[in-house]
Amino acid sequence: MSIFDYFRSKSKNTSASVAKERLQIIVAHERGQRQQPDYLPLMQQEILDVIRKYVPIDQDSVNIQLENNDHCSVLELNVTLPDR
Amino acid sequence: MAKIIVVTSGKGGVGKTTSSAAIGTGLALRGFKTAIIDFDVGLRNLDLIMGCERRVVYDFVNVINKEATLNQALIKDKRTPNLFILPASQTRDKDALSQEGVQAVLNELSRDFDYIVCDSPAGIEKGAQMALYYADIAVVVTNPEVSSVRDSDRILGILQSKTRRVEAGEEPVQEHLLLTRYNPARVQAGEMLSVQDVEDILAIPLIGVIPESEAVLKASNQGMPVILDQETEAGQAYSDAVARLLGDAVEHRFLDVQKKGFFKRLLGGK
Repeated sequence: MSIFDYFRSKSKNTSASVAKERLQIIVAHERGQRQQPDYLPLMQQEILDVIRKYVPIDQDSVNIQLENNDHCSVLELNVTLPDR
Repeated sequence: MAKIIVVTSGKGGVGKTTSSAAIGTGLALRGFKTAIIDFDVGLRNLDLIMGCERRVVYDFVNVINKEATLNQALIKDKRTPNLFILPASQTRDKDALSQEGVQAVLNELSRDFDYIVCDSPAGIEKGAQMALYYADIAVVVTNPEVSSVRDSDRILGILQSKTRRVEAGEEPVQEHLLLTRYNPARVQAGEMLSVQDVEDILAIPLIGVIPESEAVLKASNQGMPVILDQETEAGQAYSDAVARLLGDAVEHRFLDVQKKGFFKRLLGGK
């Protein structure tokens, strides 16, 4: 690093910090998926199909999450219905 | 009973084979009878890195198929006593490694070896899963670069779910991070993830940091494990990593840019 760079490159948004931030997000996301049972995506699809029989909704409006606590698992189902 | 160490990474080209050769040699130098097994069926390369490519007669798959005995296939290293290499097969049959076959070979080796180092292929396919299945210790080789760190995290997920130890309900595989191709100057300039960054993301204990070094290519050109070149930073860093693997507390070196004089800095010289 020369004397000229010395004054210039003190900004915080270095490419390394961008890399770290992106990695933290994607790794956390993938770890969450890893703990899910294999049947979850298929179950999500089937639940979606059942709801669609009655209400027109799209793929993104159903959100399924499985949370594991000490002695039980909670299946959280979040469906956004369209405005009437 | 031998301890089984898998050197793995998910991503290719990060230094698994270089690290397997260095760690295996380092353990043998300390007097442990060590075997390094190349699990990369179809893409054998450990023999080249160890400089024994012209002495390969039988390989891992020959032993599994009982076409050769283990003693016929093991290559005794010419430089380092106590060190043996079991080369991979060059067959194109991906299913050449059977679970029972691998287990039988590892069991037989376990009887009179202290350490077995398994050099994993890249990817998360069968070969890579087989290499880590029987492991007691895992060395996860990672470059300070986004795709390598992400793939290492995938491998950690497999280490925590698909190993003999997990299935038998034993203590989990001991995981260690080995950061390779580290460039302190680029870290200082904010162009490369730092040791701390990678540790924060992967959250496993650090066993060593190998600085990016010309010595690594030079060593592989010559078919000599880089750890034997103790003049170089990379060689010394691998020695430190082996010491830590054996439980010694050794301080990390080569993490910072060598201090330069005022005039050199002023002129921007290297």
